[in-house]
Amino acid sequence: MEIPYTVTARPDTGLWNAKVGIWLFLASEVMLFGGLFSAYVFLRLDADPGAWPHGLLNVPVGTMNTAILIVSSVTVVMAWASLKMRRFRAYWWYMLVTILCGVIFLGVKLIYEWPQKFEHFGAFIKKDALEKYEPYLGNHHLAEKGLPPRTEISGHLHNHEALHDENVKEYEIALDPVNADPANPAMDRPHFLYIPPTEKVAKIEKADVEYANMFLPKHSAYFASYFTITGLHGLHVLAGVIVFTYLWLPVGTKLYKRNPEHLANRVEVAGLFWHFVDLIWIYVFALFYLL
Amino acid sequence: MDASSGLAPHPHVEHDPHHHEGGHDHHELPFWRKYIISTDHKVIGIQYGITGLIFLFFGFSLMMLMRWQLAYPGQALPVIGNALGHLFGPDSMPDGKMTPEFYNSLGAMHGTIMIFLGIVPIAFAAFGNFVVPLQIGAPDMTFPKINMASYQAFFFGGCVMLVSFFVPGGAAKGGWTSYTPLAVIADKGPAYDPVFNGQTLWLIGFILLITSSLLGAINFIATIIQLRAKGMTWMRLPFFVWAQFVTAFLLLLAFPPLESAVVMQLMDRVAGTSFFMPSGLVINGVPLHISGGGSPLLWQHLFWFLGHPEVYVLILPGMGIVAEIIANNTRKPLWGYKSLVFAALVLGFLSFIVWAHHMWLTGMGSTVSAFFQTTTMIISIPSVIILSAFFISLWGGSIRFNVPMLFATAFLPMFGIGGLTGIPLAFNSADLYLHDTYYVIAHFHYIVAPGTIFAVFAGIYFWFPKATGRRMNEFWGKVHFWPSLICMNIIFLPMFLQGMLGMHRRWYDGGQGWTFANEKVWGLSGFEWNTPISIAAWVMGLAQIPFIINFFWSMKHGKKVNDNPWEATTLEWTAPSPPPHGNFEVAPVAYRGPYEYSLPGRETDFTMQNEPMRESDRKAYEAAAAVH
Repeated sequence: MEIPYTVTARPDTGLWNAKVGIWLFLASEVMLFGGLFSAYVFLRLDADPGAWPHGLLNVPVGTMNTAILIVSSVTVVMAWASLKMRRFRAYWWYMLVTILCGVIFLGVKLIYEWPQKFEHFGAFIKKDALEKYEPYLGNHHLAEKGLPPRTEISGHLHNHEALHDENVKEYEIALDPVNADPANPAMDRPHFLYIPPTEKVAKIEKADVEYANMFLPKHSAYFASYFTITGLHGLHVLAGVIVFTYLWLPVGTKLYKRNPEHLANRVEVAGLFWHFVDLIWIYVFALFYLL
Repeated sequence: MDASSGLAPHPHVEHDPHHHEGGHDHHELPFWRKYIISTDHKVIGIQYGITGLIFLFFGFSLMMLMRWQLAYPGQALPVIGNALGHLFGPDSMPDGKMTPEFYNSLGAMHGTIMIFLGIVPIAFAAFGNFVVPLQIGAPDMTFPKINMASYQAFFFGGCVMLVSFFVPGGAAKGGWTSYTPLAVIADKGPAYDPVFNGQTLWLIGFILLITSSLLGAINFIATIIQLRAKGMTWMRLPFFVWAQFVTAFLLLLAFPPLESAVVMQLMDRVAGTSFFMPSGLVINGVPLHISGGGSPLLWQHLFWFLGHPEVYVLILPGMGIVAEIIANNTRKPLWGYKSLVFAALVLGFLSFIVWAHHMWLTGMGSTVSAFFQTTTMIISIPSVIILSAFFISLWGGSIRFNVPMLFATAFLPMFGIGGLTGIPLAFNSADLYLHDTYYVIAHFHYIVAPGTIFAVFAGIYFWFPKATGRRMNEFWGKVHFWPSLICMNIIFLPMFLQGMLGMHRRWYDGGQGWTFANEKVWGLSGFEWNTPISIAAWVMGLAQIPFIINFFWSMKHGKKVNDNPWEATTLEWTAPSPPPHGNFEVAPVAYRGPYEYSLPGRETDFTMQNEPMRESDRKAYEAAAAVH
């Protein structure tokens, strides 16, 4: 006996095998990302007032990446539809666009967004030293307006050796705009556009610092969840790109010549996965960039 | 496991030029293709079974070591103590005396190995792989290559867990639950490798095991939905298939949140994040240099979100096996088939909303506790329905007490004890006292050890003839059964007493140094009860030897039997023993339900699912319907 319904649908369920498989897989993926997103909610609710950072990510770049993924979602459907209409040439082009969109998305993440974080620095000031750094924190101004206090001074670190060398007693940083001009009402809310660190330099004594680090996963609960979730999402995008490339290469052509419906099914299954990856990104974009 | 004899009578099929991947190859395959990287569901099932049994015995051996320390704390283990000290490194058992760290490793790894490398692979993956496609009349699983990948991921995950015993510092010691922050700070420091240390390897092994169960679960569900034979409607599925179906859904949906938690704990350990690390943590008087802001409770929630459905992953396949064997050996239909099916479905659903009853002592608040206490009470209803249906099935049957049936019958009261003793733990006021005592150990071991493991043994004796064409020896089966049953009870009954005395489950000295553990109950003090328990555990270890010999000996020398030696009704018994690649020579058709035993008007007392309807059957069914 052969395994039935690999290409054609079983009459009573109306599905072929791989389609059942991919939907089940996506259900488990919902639970996987569900676990991570609930961790995000848990950590954010647990955070002290004002401790959860806002406006650290570049919204226009994130919007562009969102648009790229949405475009690729459309092109993958077009690729599938082309196969269904047996127009292989069109399939080839649509698939190429889809793959390129995935690659651009990953490129933006890995070449621009993540490295920019790694070069940024933030120091959380001890409670009893907050007053000393009032010119950079502007907590009096915030208190007047009834806003939660700031505890972190961030910017570009000039003396990297301070991170490891115990003989260096202070951090020297070019301040972010929010710390350069903290009492300015324009700084009360995060900016939509990313503004690079200013020329203004501040020195912070290590003795006054609770915890300081570059914007790495270990910097804070925020960056821990940001890097873990976007990292895992990035792996999913990479997996999608690999599968699409496999279907786009001559392997796909051969399968098309043998059984075009089988290739269309494979593209459909991969496409369902791709849509799911896009959907997760929509949540990531909303949670990390916008909220 | 001589699958080649099954292949021989099969007609040679010419290769179709349009033949696509995943198809069948009727050529003689080389040994490594046939047994090592096979895509055949039966071979994969047997691979899972044998690997799982080895892990099961290994995990049990860890416990036999711990039982020495509990009964004779601080004394050198005679005969093998020194050798073990050399094997597991200088920090494990210097001069044959167990160190506290090694004791903790053994405890954590006993739990992990028994559950994730022993019982789940056997009860779910081995039996499910071997039996489910045969019972639904399918040629194989829907995705044979994914099935193979599932076994390989499991195998490598198991290897990683085993390797962790031999890295500097030894295997994970944070308990099988790996509670944070303890698990995050454990196995760290100059003496440990940043990656190759016990706890980190535990996490990496877990990711592999979760991947394996995910691939398996998808395959099972897709197979049951898509590959049922003609006429095999949902309500004609054997209960075993239903049990596996629900189990697969539990694995599919409950494991991924744990995977996310494992990834986060890995980040905490390797990348220095603080997902599970609260602010202001001080270890040995030194403040930790971490960002903080994490939540230890988050780990517990994510862990038990898997952990509780996992309990039903352990028990449902066992119930499925017992259902098959009871119907077969009482020679009458299983009582309340529909109730059983719906009870299993409700059980599966409810198991997702009871997890926080493991966390009464964390101070979640009375509202949350009240919710989970209520759902926990409700979930006992479907369990009781299933157990009652099994008991009623025995009523009035002329029962054949062969070895599978002995194990299946023993399952019922043992599971009953395990289930009923869980009720005090479900109430958060009673649990405040019993939490983390030996009472808890006794409770869940009654469910899993004489419960699921007995069901697993029953299943092995029952389906062994299908896998090999030979039967296991009945006499040695009974020699295996009776000591196992008696020892199980000597091991776990006294633990209820110890627990009610207040003895803590993680004590390294067995309670020797604690006043209240030296109080007398039933003639012995709480601490002294450790001795009979330990002796029973070692005797039970010896009692497994007849099984091991019987198992391997019967493969080659067991009594040859026909394709349906138990005179059973389900489809797997219509296939040759052992079934060839592709299982059935012609696609089977199901005409009736799975348990048509003693159907009036038939010449035999079993009517197989693929036997077409006769006029006499119709009359018998109508008469039965009129009675109800």
